[in-house]
Amino acid sequence: MSEDNINKDMDKVSGVETTGHEWDGLKELNNPLPRWWVWVFLVSCIWGVWYMIAYPAWPVAGGATKGTSGYTQFKELTQSQSEIIARQAVYLESFEGTDFNTIMNDSALYAFAYAGGKAAFKDNCATCHGSGAEGSKGYPNLNDDDWLWGGTVGDIYTTLQHGIRVEGNYDTRLSQMPAFGKDEILNREEINQTIDYVLALHNASATENMAGHTIFQNNCASCHGANGKGLREFGAPNLADAIWLYGGNRADIYESIFNARSGMMPAWKNRLDENTIRQLSVYVHELGGGEASVADANAKAVRPLLEE
Amino acid sequence: MNPLKNHEFLEKNSVILLIAIIITVLIGGIIEIVPLFRQETVIEPVEGMRPYTPLELAGYNIYLREGCYNCHSQQIRALRDEVTRYGHYSLAAESMYDHPFQWGSKRTGPDLARVGGKYSDDWHVAHMQDPRAVVPESIMPTYSHLMKRGAKLHDLGNHLKALRVVGVPYTDDMIENAEKDALRQALGETRTDISGLKERYGEKVQARDFDKQPQLVSEMDAMIAYLQVLGTMVDFDATKGVDPGALK
Repeated sequence: MSEDNINKDMDKVSGVETTGHEWDGLKELNNPLPRWWVWVFLVSCIWGVWYMIAYPAWPVAGGATKGTSGYTQFKELTQSQSEIIARQAVYLESFEGTDFNTIMNDSALYAFAYAGGKAAFKDNCATCHGSGAEGSKGYPNLNDDDWLWGGTVGDIYTTLQHGIRVEGNYDTRLSQMPAFGKDEILNREEINQTIDYVLALHNASATENMAGHTIFQNNCASCHGANGKGLREFGAPNLADAIWLYGGNRADIYESIFNARSGMMPAWKNRLDENTIRQLSVYVHELGGGEASVADANAKAVRPLLEE
Repeated sequence: MNPLKNHEFLEKNSVILLIAIIITVLIGGIIEIVPLFRQETVIEPVEGMRPYTPLELAGYNIYLREGCYNCHSQQIRALRDEVTRYGHYSLAAESMYDHPFQWGSKRTGPDLARVGGKYSDDWHVAHMQDPRAVVPESIMPTYSHLMKRGAKLHDLGNHLKALRVVGVPYTDDMIENAEKDALRQALGETRTDISGLKERYGEKVQARDFDKQPQLVSEMDAMIAYLQVLGTMVDFDATKGVDPGALK
């Protein structure tokens, strides 16, 4: 140190030691690092060492050091999920495995299912069916009572689980409309006559004298019914009402008959858990046109509770 | 000799300073790079992962070309809200055949790691042609040109070969049949024999006319084939919830 002191070059104005560097008469002061900075730095170093010991940090042969705290992201996730499950437990205990009849008649359970279904709908269903479930061309409106594959809560549950025309799912809702034009089953004129007849069905003005009547009975009635009211076994829409799934002008109907339509809905069974699917069933059922099944007629009595 | 006060020697000898800098940078570099040599050891193997089929790979290439990754991530983090919204968190093994991987961190659009099977093919076609037609509040650009452009299939064999160099287990059989397999997958079971495709890539391969344009194997076909397989290879049982122990 004594050697250092001899070489010390002090700045006369501030009394601080200089570094000895000089640029055109300007000298650099050799102020020490601010104390707070030094302390923050040292504490950070200590914290860093602690962190490497407590948490998984170093890659070693066969994986990485595990850390003394035993932390993993998965544990944290499981923990935060179990918190929610614990908070829902009061409802889940009675909801899980309970049949729809009981749920429909228990206002607390019903409200639980409705709220859960509403949240899940926004994440998973709204992209196709619309955020208000209003549907769009090719994607059914769920607010009305025009159901393709059945509108009881059980039907909705099955549709949600297995979807519609899902490849490789043996329980999926399945039917195939023939492409009457493309596959040359009907010619252009016959298709046009069928359109006339379908539009007449829609306007409730169809008669047996129409040219399209015979064509309809021979080709369409097996699925859409003799009176065009549709058949749910085949997911064949009712053609005699005011609702069109793929549009009701001549061009749209021509396209429907010529190339056929086969809407597809994904299966949710392995994507959402059982409780969520059941909640969704109740929610979609509630949306407007849910049909009464075995004993859920009382469900309507529950509705005022939801609206409060 | 106080080493802290004798750096003058280093500062006045540029060659020695340069060597010292190189040594310092090397230490940092080695610490960053060496663990990557043993990357395989941190990827836990899972059932069901397979390399992309040639058509899916063509879709993956289009995904990169169109810059989808600028707005969409492909990584579901192990957080409660993400698992609730998107499904099981992503596993390292699920992107081990992606070169480069598409994890990302910017989500202008939703995460796509498990988009496979979530929407119908028709929905994807309608959505990419005009996103507003199906999702009114969407700000995604339109990709209608994918419908009109034929997918580039003739060089897929070379793509497979190149990926094999970096460790994707494509067999000679797969490389040889790459172009035909791509075509078969886009034609589907109703129009061609896909048994060879299934033999090479597994029973779960989805083969059909994805964009409903029978006359053309378009870029849309490739794109949807890719999107529909995302996150579907590993079979998770959602009803079991999250069980990290079951993954091993």
